[in-house]
Amino acid sequence: MQANETSRGEIGGNLRVTGASWQRMRQWRMPRAAGGFSALVPYLFLLPACAIIGAFVLYPMLHAIMASLTDYNMITEPEFVGADNYRMLLQDPFFWNSLKNTMLYLVVVVPVLVIAPIFLALLVNRSLPGIKLFRAVFYLPVITSLVVTGLIWKWVYEEQGILNYFLLSTGITDDPVAFLTDPANALFSVIAVTVWTGLGYYMVIYLAGLQSIPRHLYEAAEVEGVSKWRQTLFITIPLLKPSIAVVAVMSSIAAMKVFEEVYVMTQGGPLDSTKTLVYFIYQSAFEEFEMGYAAAAGVVLFLLTLVLSLVNLFLLRKDR
Amino acid sequence: MKASPLAIILRYVGLLCVALLTMGPFLWLLSTALKSGSENIFAYPPSLLPEQPTLENFSRVLETQPFVLYLKNSVLVALLSVTANLMFASLAAYPLARMEFRGKNLIFVVLLSSMMIPFQLLMIPVYNIAISLGLQNSYLGLLLPHACTAFGVFLMRQAFLGIPKALEESALLEGLNRVQIWWYVLLPLVKPSLATLAVFSFIAVWGDFLWPLIILDDPSYYTLPLGVNRLANTFSMDWRLVAAGAVFSILPILAVFLFSQKYFIEGAMRGAVKG
Repeated sequence: MQANETSRGEIGGNLRVTGASWQRMRQWRMPRAAGGFSALVPYLFLLPACAIIGAFVLYPMLHAIMASLTDYNMITEPEFVGADNYRMLLQDPFFWNSLKNTMLYLVVVVPVLVIAPIFLALLVNRSLPGIKLFRAVFYLPVITSLVVTGLIWKWVYEEQGILNYFLLSTGITDDPVAFLTDPANALFSVIAVTVWTGLGYYMVIYLAGLQSIPRHLYEAAEVEGVSKWRQTLFITIPLLKPSIAVVAVMSSIAAMKVFEEVYVMTQGGPLDSTKTLVYFIYQSAFEEFEMGYAAAAGVVLFLLTLVLSLVNLFLLRKDR
Repeated sequence: MKASPLAIILRYVGLLCVALLTMGPFLWLLSTALKSGSENIFAYPPSLLPEQPTLENFSRVLETQPFVLYLKNSVLVALLSVTANLMFASLAAYPLARMEFRGKNLIFVVLLSSMMIPFQLLMIPVYNIAISLGLQNSYLGLLLPHACTAFGVFLMRQAFLGIPKALEESALLEGLNRVQIWWYVLLPLVKPSLATLAVFSFIAVWGDFLWPLIILDDPSYYTLPLGVNRLANTFSMDWRLVAAGAVFSILPILAVFLFSQKYFIEGAMRGAVKG
C-alpha cells in the first residue's frame, strides 16, 4: 500500500497537480485505504439493474422451472407432481399441434427473413436522392405495435378486402381467397404478416453489415473487371456472414415467440390451425388456469429456443 | 463505380415496389378511417380514396373510448421506462466495463444469459410476482419489467469500453468520485449509444401488448395497443372505427419517428454492429 501511495504521488508530480487537487485526490483515496466503502462501489452501481433483471427474469426463470413440476391453478396451493406435466404434454394432441405450427412458422419465416432483407439492404445501400425516405418507409412496420399491425392486416385480408380485389382484378385468382378463415391458408397468412413486420428490422442490421465492408475491396474488384453480380456473390455475401448469423438467431427466436399476430387475427383458429406454442401457453395459463402445465410448456419453449440458437451459431461459425 | 441510368431507374422501380408493400396497408387503413358512414367500405371495386373525407370516425372513437387517456398512459410509461433503462443500464455497465471486483465475470455471464430467456416463458411467474407485490393496475407495474434490460447493459458496456482510460484517470486525479465520473465524463461521450438504447426501448415499450394485457384489468391504465384491441372487440369490426383508432395510435409514434428518423435507422444500425 505504501509503495502504491508513492507511485501515485509520482504520477501526480509528473502531471504537476496543484496543491488543492492533490488534497482532493487524497480524500478520494482515503476510503479505499480504509477498505470499507469503496469496495462496495461496483456493486452499488450494479444494484438497480441486477435487482430488476433478477426480479423479472432470473427469479421467474427458476420459479417457472419449479412451477412446471407442480399442479397449480392459482387458487389452491401448488402441489408437487414431478414430471407429470411433461408426461401430459407429450400425450396432448393440442400441444403437438401447436408445436407443429410453431415449427412450420420457423421453417418458413427464418429462411425468408434471412434472405429477403439482404436484397432490401442492397437496394437501399446506395446514396441516391430520397434514399433515406425509402429506408424510413421500409422501417415503418417495425415501429408499429404488433397488435395494430395485426388489425391492419386483418382488414387487408377481408374476404371482400383490398388484397382479394387486387388478386381478382389481376387474374391471379378466380375466387376470393379466405385468408384467415380457411384452415389451409390461415397459418401462412399470419406468417406473411410476421415477415412483413420483420423485413425492415433485419434490413437495417444488414445495412450496418454492408457499410462495415471496406470499400477498397470493391474498387480492387472493379479494376480486375469483376462483374457487379460476382462482386455481390464473392465479396458481399461472405463478408456479411456475421450479420447473417445475427439475423438467423434473432429471427428464429422471434418466430418461436409469435403471439400478438395470432391473438389479434385468428385467436388460434380456425380449427387450431394457427395455434402456436406461445398461444397454447397463454391459453393454458390465463384461460384454463393450468399454471403448472403452462409452465412446463414454457420450459419446452425455452429449451427449443436455446437449442435453436446454439445450432444456428454452430452452423454459421463452423466454416469461418 | 458509375451506375448506368437504366440501373438507377430499375433501382427506383424496385424501391417503389417495396415501398408500396410496406406503405400500402397503412394507406388503406387511413383511407378507411376517413370514409363516412354512408359509404360502403366493402364496395366492389373498392374505392381507394374516400368519397367525402370525414373526421367523424375519429370523433366517434374519442367519444366511446378514452383514447386521450390511453395516449397519456402510453407516453408516461414509455418516457419513464426509457429513462429508467438508460439510467440503470449505464450505471450497471460502468463497473462491468471499467472496474475490477469479485464476481464480475459471473455477473456478466448471468446477465448475458438472461437475454436468451423469452418473456413468454416468464409471463406466469412474473404475473405471480407482480400480483404479490401489488403491481396490478399501476404505472409502476407497467414499467418495471422494462426498467432495465440486459441488452441495454451490454450496449452501454460496449460504449464505455471504447472510451480511453486516461480520461477517467485524469478525472480521478481531479478529485471526481465514481458517480461524478459516470455522469460528467462518461455519459456525455456515449450519447449516440444512449440514443440507440432509447430508440430500441421506446419501440419495445410503446408496442408492448402481452405484458399490459396480463397485468391490467382496469381500462383506465390501458396503453394504446390495448385501447385499439379493445376497440376492435367492442365494435366487432366496424372497420371505420377500428381504423380510426389504429390511425390515432400510430400517429404519435410516427411523429416521433419522422422527427428523429436519424436516430432510429442509424441508431438501430449502431446497435446491430455493436450489440
